[in-house]
Amino acid sequence: MLPRRYRKPAERVIESALFLCAAGSVLVTVGIIAVLLVETVAFLREVPLTDFLFGTEWTPAFLQKQFGVLPLVAGTMLTSAIAMAIAIPAGLLIAIYLSEYAPSGLRRVLKPVLEILAGVPTVVYGYFALLFVTPLLQQVIPGLSGFNALSPGIVMGIMILPLVASLSEDALRSVPNGLREGAYALGATKMQAALRVIVPAAFSGISAAAILAVSRAIGETMIVAVAAGQQPRLTLDPTVPVQTMTAFIVQMSLGDTAHGSIEYKTIFAVGMLLFISTFTLNLASNWLRERFREEYA
Amino acid sequence: MTASAQAPASPPKRSARRRASTARKLVEDRLLRWAGILMLLLALASLAALLYDVFHDGWGRLSWAFLTGFPSRFAANAGIWHALVGSIYVIGLTAAITIPTGIAAAIYLEEYSVGGRLSRIIEINISNLAGVPSIIYGLLGLGLFVRWMNLGPSVLAGALTLALLVLPVVILSTREALRAVPKSLREGSYALGATKWQTTWHQVLPSAVPGILTGLILALSRAIGETAPLITLGALTYVAFTPESIWSPFTVLPIQIFNWVSRPQAAFAENAAAGIVVLLVLLLTMNAVAIVVRDRFQRNRIV
Repeated sequence: MLPRRYRKPAERVIESALFLCAAGSVLVTVGIIAVLLVETVAFLREVPLTDFLFGTEWTPAFLQKQFGVLPLVAGTMLTSAIAMAIAIPAGLLIAIYLSEYAPSGLRRVLKPVLEILAGVPTVVYGYFALLFVTPLLQQVIPGLSGFNALSPGIVMGIMILPLVASLSEDALRSVPNGLREGAYALGATKMQAALRVIVPAAFSGISAAAILAVSRAIGETMIVAVAAGQQPRLTLDPTVPVQTMTAFIVQMSLGDTAHGSIEYKTIFAVGMLLFISTFTLNLASNWLRERFREEYA
Repeated sequence: MTASAQAPASPPKRSARRRASTARKLVEDRLLRWAGILMLLLALASLAALLYDVFHDGWGRLSWAFLTGFPSRFAANAGIWHALVGSIYVIGLTAAITIPTGIAAAIYLEEYSVGGRLSRIIEINISNLAGVPSIIYGLLGLGLFVRWMNLGPSVLAGALTLALLVLPVVILSTREALRAVPKSLREGSYALGATKWQTTWHQVLPSAVPGILTGLILALSRAIGETAPLITLGALTYVAFTPESIWSPFTVLPIQIFNWVSRPQAAFAENAAAGIVVLLVLLLTMNAVAIVVRDRFQRNRIV
């Protein structure tokens, strides 16, 4: 064993190899941006940017092709908004319960169980949305179409809930105990301390969680591809079929899109839009989390 | 007289009000607790409903013929053998690509990097990559592996795409496992004259194995359930054979499930549910193996 430590060159080779593996991850980002950019530029040569961003008709597969992406954006926003309406309040309430009320033994059991929800493959959630939640909702809402934005939105909310709960709980628990004790010393009940002192103190951490959840919802694919129907439609009505940006990419990929055709370029243009929106949201979330960490570091 | 009667009466009135408000606060307090518990129960109930629904729909379809059968136009004859083998092929290759690269990258960032600007960029980049939607990786795979490198929608292209997808997860969890190894272990090794790599390879890595393994299994179980990036790649939804080599076209279990669930006939939905049961059992087995292996490693550790 001893002589090996004199082999300095070998040590250096190993270090460079390790470095290359780490630096390779930057190439992945470069690759993503390059691939999306090349095809998007080619797409924009055929379709003007303003037509793409502000057009209200999306019919790339029809004879009369229209490339207005707004119906897909509306579909994405609608399903994501429904998911957030479920995931953020429920996730925050669970986080408050776990961090402020629950005994630590119970918390240790509950957290992994909640993680299971986040680990279920999304196509399984798609099945659940289409064949369980939609029929259930149809009994309550008579006009609900078999494909709609409501049911995948709700199921997406359930899927994202553990993320919100876990990140918010981390934020709540990193609020210094002095703030809690100060509130109790002033006669605050647990709820007053939680809602008026601890949640505001952890606000930037909780917002970081919420923004990350929005980004996750926008990028979620299989649930909406299965259960939302594949009809691009500029509407905010949650009871009719819609198509999201992600679901469009799936639908196009299922068909036979020839390389170099406008349909092929379209999925990259939509992908670019998706990448830019989730990337911006992730950056905002990271920035907020850093700020939060600085506050209580 | 009225004044003297009012003077003692007013404190009790105030205290009654205070008592009422304290009682209200306590009720509200309980309300918040119960709201939290209610939300938790709802989340757990939806998990239970999901499992019940899938098992209820799919249990009847599960059979040896279903497991070893090939796809068919008739729902009752269809099986999942091709998809199961495809999944195992793709995940095996994904693991072979992502495990060495991910662990190496994590070792560099955690053990070697001195925290320069470049390392900072790499770190930010990795955490950003972890947030990129999986379907974008599918587009990357389509543009880079399938078209540019001309691999076609093959097992190799699929595995490369999934490897890139889970790489950030592997790196982040491995780093955490390495960080948990006490500094004294490294210092002891250096004091005995070991080089950096000897220390890393013989001391740090072995004691980080349980943590690394847990992260790996988590990452691979994410990869095995991924559908969207592989569909985007052009992985086929109807394949009547098992892959022969890494160049063969393929399908995987989640894609087969998607294919069945998007057909209107109820019989195919039953097939989808049965496929989901198989997928969930596969995931459960992977996680159980991870727990057992982690347990064994921890028991064998001297410290």
